Amino acid sequence: MDKIIIENLSLQYADGIESLRGISLNIREKAVTVLFGPAGGGKSTLLRCLNRLNDLTEVKASSGKILIDGKNILDPDVDVIALRRKIGMVFARPVVLPLSIRGNLTYGLELAGEKRRSKLEEAVERSLKLAALWEEVNDRLDDPAIALSGGQQQRLCLARSLALQPEIILLDEPTSGLDPISTGKVEAALQELKKEYTIILVPHSVQQAARTADYAAFFLQGELIEYGEGQSLFTAPRQKRTEEYVTGRFG
Amino acid sequence: MKRLLSLNRHLVQQIGYTALTLMAVATVLPIIAVVIYILIQGLPAISTEFLTGFPHDGMRAGGILPAIIGTLYLTVGTAIFSVPLGIAAAIYLAEYASDTPLTRTIRIAIINLAGIPSVVYGLFGLGLFVIFLNFGTSILAASLTLSIMTLPVIISTAEESLRSVPQAFRTVSISLGATRWQTIRRIVLKEALPGILTGVILGLERAAGETAPILFTGAAFFLPRLPHSPFDATMALPYHLFVISTQVPEMPIQIQYGTALVLLVFVLTMNVIATVIRSRARAKRQW
Repeated sequence: MDKIIIENLSLQYADGIESLRGISLNIREKAVTVLFGPAGGGKSTLLRCLNRLNDLTEVKASSGKILIDGKNILDPDVDVIALRRKIGMVFARPVVLPLSIRGNLTYGLELAGEKRRSKLEEAVERSLKLAALWEEVNDRLDDPAIALSGGQQQRLCLARSLALQPEIILLDEPTSGLDPISTGKVEAALQELKKEYTIILVPHSVQQAARTADYAAFFLQGELIEYGEGQSLFTAPRQKRTEEYVTGRFG
Repeated sequence: MKRLLSLNRHLVQQIGYTALTLMAVATVLPIIAVVIYILIQGLPAISTEFLTGFPHDGMRAGGILPAIIGTLYLTVGTAIFSVPLGIAAAIYLAEYASDTPLTRTIRIAIINLAGIPSVVYGLFGLGLFVIFLNFGTSILAASLTLSIMTLPVIISTAEESLRSVPQAFRTVSISLGATRWQTIRRIVLKEALPGILTGVILGLERAAGETAPILFTGAAFFLPRLPHSPFDATMALPYHLFVISTQVPEMPIQIQYGTALVLLVFVLTMNVIATVIRSRARAKRQW
C-alpha cells in the first residue's frame, strides 16, 4: 500500500536555488524507503516538505502535491501541528532539548495536551525500548539529556519522535556523526520499527543505503533519477548515472 | 650571539607581558580606590539611626530612610513598566520580526535611545508625564521616565540572549508539533532567562543610580514622611546626595559619604546578583 504519493513536486528557495524538480514518487507503508545521492540533490528538502518544516524557510515557489493517506498536505488549510505529530523527524546532528531524558520524551505529548502521568510514563518506556535505549538509561531518566553520549542522544531523538506514536518517521542522515556500533544500533532499531511505521531515511553513505533499503530513490541535483526496490536498484541499476554513483565513480 | 638574541627576545616578551599586566591592573585601581575611599569616609556614619531614621536639623543630622525607601520604590516602579515591555519587545524582535525596513528602524531607534543623555529623558518625562498626563511630580512619573531610559538596555540584552539560543532547538520543537509560541515559552525563554535577568538587573541598577531623570519628575528635596501613593513625590538616594552635597551649608561630611556608601552598596549588590546569575547559568549551560 502506498502511504505517501508525491505528484510532480517542485520547489525553489528564496535565494534562487532550485531544490526539487518535478518529483513524483510513491512511498510504501511499513517499509524503509531510502533517498540517496550526492549532497545538494534535494533529499533533505523533500523530507522537510513531508512534515512542512520548510514552512520555516523562505521558499519562493512550490508546486505539486503530496498526498498522505489521500489528503494533500500542502493545502493551506492543513493542520500542520497535527501533521507534525503524525510524522516524526530525526536530524543529522542529535539535538536533545535542554531538558531531562524524560522531559525530552514527554515534550511532544505534553504539548498535545496529555497530562496523565501513567500515559506519559508508558510512552517513555515504550519509545525508549523501541529505540533500543531503555536498558542504558532507565535508571537515570531525570538526568539531563545532554549527559548522554552522542549515539545515545541520537537514539533518544528517535525515541522522542516515537513517543508521539507517529505513522511516518523521517530520518535525515541520522548516523552521520555516530561511531559504527551506535550506527548499527540505530539501523537495527529501524529494521524493527518498519514493521509498524513508514520510514523514510536519507542515509549518510551508499553502503548504508544498500544495507537498509527496502525501496530506494536516487536523487541528483533536484531530480529523481531512479526509483525501485532496494535489491535491484543497488545490484542492477537501470540508469547509467545511478550505476556510476552506486559504484563510486562520482559523488 | 644566537643565544644572546634569543635571550633578548625572551626579555622583550617579558617586558611586554609585564606592561600589559600593569595596564590591566591600572584600570581596576580607580574602582578599588573609589570603593575604599567611600568606605573609609562613609562607614563612621552608618548606624541603625542613619539607616532607619528621618533626616532632621535641616538634614544635617538623623537618617536617610526616606531616600532609601524612595530609591527602592523607584527601582520597583521602573521594573514594573520596563521589564514586561522590554522582554516582550525583545521577543518580537528576536523571534517574530522579519528583516524589514520597519524592524530595522526599530532596532536603530533602540540603539540610539541608549545614547540619549539622561537629563534629556528627565525633561521629556517632565513634559509628557508630569505636565501633559498630569501625574504631577510623582513616583509614577519618575518611574515611567526611568523606564524609558532603561528599556533600550533591557531590550538589546534580552534580544541578544534570545538570539544566542541555538536555532536547532526551535526546529526540533516545531517538528515535535509545538507552535512557535510554545517553543519560545518552554524552550527559548527558559534558556535565555539568565541573560535576560542580567540585562534587567544592569538596566535597573542604572535607573537606581540616576539623578537627572528624576530631578524634574519625582524627586523631592525633603519630605517629612514616606510617600503614600504612586502620585506622591519621593526622596531618592542619588538626588539626596546631590542636595546635601551642594545645597545645604555646613553639612557634616560623613553624612554625605554615608549616603554615597549606601547608594554604592545598593547598586553593587544588584551587580553581584547579576554576576552570580550569569556565571551560574554559564556553568549549567548545556550547549
